[in-house]
Amino acid sequence: MDNARIDKIIEKHHGEASSLIQVLLDIQSEHHWLPKAALKRVSEKLRVPLTQIQHIATFYKAFSLVPKGRHEVHVCVGTACHVRGASRILDTLQELTGIKPGETDLELKFSLETVNCLGCCALGPVLEIDGKTHGKMTTAETADVLKNYQ
Amino acid sequence: MSQIHSPAELEAFRKGILSQRDPKKPCITLCSGSACQASGSAEVALNLEAEIQKQGLSGAVDIRRTGCHGYCERGPIIISNPEGICYFNISPDDVPEIVTKTVKEKKIVERLLYTEPETGEKITHEDEIPFYKHQERLVFGDNVKIDPKSIEDYLAIGGYAALAKALFGMSAEQVLEEVQKSNLRGRGGGGFPAGRKWEGSRSAPEPIKYVIVNADEGDPGAYMDRSLLEGNPHSILEGLTIGAYAIGAHEGFIYVRQEYPLAVENVNRAIRKAEELGFLGKNILGSGFDFTVTVHQGAGAFVCGESTALMTALEGRVGEPRPKYIRSNIKGLWDRPSVLNNVETWANVPLIINNGADWFTRFGTEKSSGTKIFALVGKINNTGLVEVPMGITLRDIIYKIGGGIPGGKKFKAVQTGGPSGGCIPEALLDLGVDFDELAKAGSMMGSGGMIVMDEDTCMVDVARYFIDFLADESCGKCVPCREGTRQMLKILTNITEGRGKEGDIELLEELSETAKEAALCALGKSAPNSFLSTLHYFRDEYEAHIKEKRCPALSCKELIAFYIDPEKCQGCGSCLRKCPAEAIIGGKKLIHIIDQDKCTKCGTCFEVCPTKFAAVTKISGVPVPAPVPEAERTVIKQSKEK
Amino acid sequence: MSEIIFEIDGKEVKAKAGMTILEAARSVGIKIPTLCHHEALEPFGSCRLCTVEVDVRSWTSLVASCVYPVAQNIVVRTRSAKVDRIRKMILELYLAHAPDSFELQDMAQEYGADKNRFEKEASFCIHCGLCVRYCNEVKQKNAVGFVDRGSRKEICFIPEIAAQECWDCKECFPLCPTEALQAAFVLSQALYTPQK
Repeated sequence: MDNARIDKIIEKHHGEASSLIQVLLDIQSEHHWLPKAALKRVSEKLRVPLTQIQHIATFYKAFSLVPKGRHEVHVCVGTACHVRGASRILDTLQELTGIKPGETDLELKFSLETVNCLGCCALGPVLEIDGKTHGKMTTAETADVLKNYQ
Repeated sequence: MSQIHSPAELEAFRKGILSQRDPKKPCITLCSGSACQASGSAEVALNLEAEIQKQGLSGAVDIRRTGCHGYCERGPIIISNPEGICYFNISPDDVPEIVTKTVKEKKIVERLLYTEPETGEKITHEDEIPFYKHQERLVFGDNVKIDPKSIEDYLAIGGYAALAKALFGMSAEQVLEEVQKSNLRGRGGGGFPAGRKWEGSRSAPEPIKYVIVNADEGDPGAYMDRSLLEGNPHSILEGLTIGAYAIGAHEGFIYVRQEYPLAVENVNRAIRKAEELGFLGKNILGSGFDFTVTVHQGAGAFVCGESTALMTALEGRVGEPRPKYIRSNIKGLWDRPSVLNNVETWANVPLIINNGADWFTRFGTEKSSGTKIFALVGKINNTGLVEVPMGITLRDIIYKIGGGIPGGKKFKAVQTGGPSGGCIPEALLDLGVDFDELAKAGSMMGSGGMIVMDEDTCMVDVARYFIDFLADESCGKCVPCREGTRQMLKILTNITEGRGKEGDIELLEELSETAKEAALCALGKSAPNSFLSTLHYFRDEYEAHIKEKRCPALSCKELIAFYIDPEKCQGCGSCLRKCPAEAIIGGKKLIHIIDQDKCTKCGTCFEVCPTKFAAVTKISGVPVPAPVPEAERTVIKQSKEK
Repeated sequence: MSEIIFEIDGKEVKAKAGMTILEAARSVGIKIPTLCHHEALEPFGSCRLCTVEVDVRSWTSLVASCVYPVAQNIVVRTRSAKVDRIRKMILELYLAHAPDSFELQDMAQEYGADKNRFEKEASFCIHCGLCVRYCNEVKQKNAVGFVDRGSRKEICFIPEIAAQECWDCKECFPLCPTEALQAAFVLSQALYTPQK
């Protein structure tokens, strides 16, 4: 991500230090991760110490300091999904992808994340891949769904 | 659109909208909230538009894509007006039939109607369906009537009349007084009286004050605030503006999770439209009152639902709470008086101003007036959002509205209040639900998550689940929370994995006391609640895990084994084919056996074993029976008439 | 500034409005244990060791004395069975991370804390934030900061800044109650090769 683009985002938020999180969210959503160079640029432009930016970038779940895989797999582990067996779905996914929540595989195929509630509890347990919801999952179906993503 | 400069102009504008609307014109309402989107509402909408065009009905039928109707279990939902015929679980393929039969020929498509599970009776109208019949949808009811993208829809049902009334018919003190009289309590957590919070800010000397909407709904299993923001964003803006007028604030913020993209989109659009028409901005409706609203997206931290952490996040910093010895309504955002209420609380304000406090207090109980929206989820037949008067019993919510527990299972507990709340057992089902009663039972109202648990739910695991959640979501600033939850999680994990030992319960209790008494914020102080309430009501489950290494609910993976009952197995091979660990030994007409060494306890065999056989069982606390000898492994066919 | 009169451990104490209980107590020589507190820094309220019992209009609660403002007629008790129990537990939680810290050991002795109560996870750092806050508030260099949250929270140097600023400063070293910081710093130095 080049500096001109970052400057544009900062401009959109009027270059105020209080909009730091909003700026980082915009960078994250365009670029899918936060490269160190981008953080440095934001630090200079907003005059916020890099230590503070680093803390924010690691404190909030929406940010990633490493590149993400082609497919983002979100497993809902909200309470409703949990009592309906979400942990078994998560186990199956870990088994199939070989990665843990928060990780991305070496081929950059999948990134696995747990989310706290997708707000479609009627469909629980729920799995979301690249924004598409797969509801009422069983362990067997999870494997079938995952096969559709290359 | 041009700005509206007076209440008279507003009423004229409203009349203009209504005069262009023919109440007899067919209108198909389609639930398009996030939950229904997930079950395919967008595809239904596309088909609906195409089909109406195809059948030459363009212009003769309106389509209204509304927010959430609440009955998520049966979404997507279509209501065909003016008749009010309700169709549930609509798939895109159902659309042509609905258009042909219902819209054109005014006939009912029986198969899409609600069917009463017990009697098989078909029900056509919303207000006769048990799920809706027992609700009191004061706040949530408008969701079905409006397209959240259309400010005209909101105005058509009387929107912004409360704002006009407050700005022109009442002084700021009178507005405050009315809210105080209504005894509106905060719907986001502890139930602090909104009026008292407002008064504190109003009388604080600092001239610059703020009002804030807490839409950082982070409780896992709760999504009513999202549905309100998505489905009726103007009602929240209207409430917020009235609040700002009452306390003398000119700037407001909506802190909404970035995980709620549709809510962000709808509320941003609503703000733009409201500014265009003069409901927000300078000199609102010609009253001389100025007020602007900014949306701030939360980047994903549960702790930011805590008021002081939310304010630090609004300032663009790490969302760590600060000590609350001086309340944030006196010293909040940028150290200025700040009134923070959650989405549902703000949405109640226009109702109170329009109808008066006396009307409002007619609903609910003496100390908890009005209604509350709950997310009724978990092991329940009718998952969805329900709005009920305070004081209704848990039993009515779960059985009359929720339709009871699925699969003939037995109710065990209901969890309320999110991670800070607790579990309520069957013996307390007749408890009237309000702020104080729930607190007395060791739980809390919280933001309104209501997770139903059945006999298959392990209560130790539930405590472990919430502590795990909090250990992950703790901001990490103070020790009782950061280190306390870490240690509690370790002990609870040990217990659920069969490594529990004598003294664990006492150590957990001691850690709970430290967190409760010495943690910095409300989140840390309430962190042990899930443990304390499950221990209080389900101590026997803890003891079974620790002493007998047994999970009574047959849920804790390390304490159970899957076993195929040789007398029931018919050798169908379903489990053999599906087992991902290749742990099943079987063959044609042979009784299948699980190789316990290979079994990963994923539960696939249990899921796929045909219910007519139900041969795969779970056992806990006892050794797995030895496999059937090779000589006796031939399947004996079950006789059909048994 | 108006004078505030209240009671600590049965003694009448006079303090200025805006002072914290801790400041007022120390001004009259009453000891309250702390780890994350430092005179030169803004109160932080993270270690909770300074927890005391306070009666406000006969309502008793536990508060962190380093951030709680003094008020007229309140009654403060710096020791009680409950306060001691909580301090003991906090120390035990800390000792799992830094069992050999002298400062912690001294306090452990006073409160009877058992350093083996919890499984050891020697990370040294106990997140008191003294180094981070000192570098930010006093030195204004921001060479060291926090990363992550909850039980994954850590301190972390920014190598580029550390390489320039830290070598001649090191003022945060003696502040560290577990002497962990030095280890982290040396490690970070070792890992970082300044770019020419």
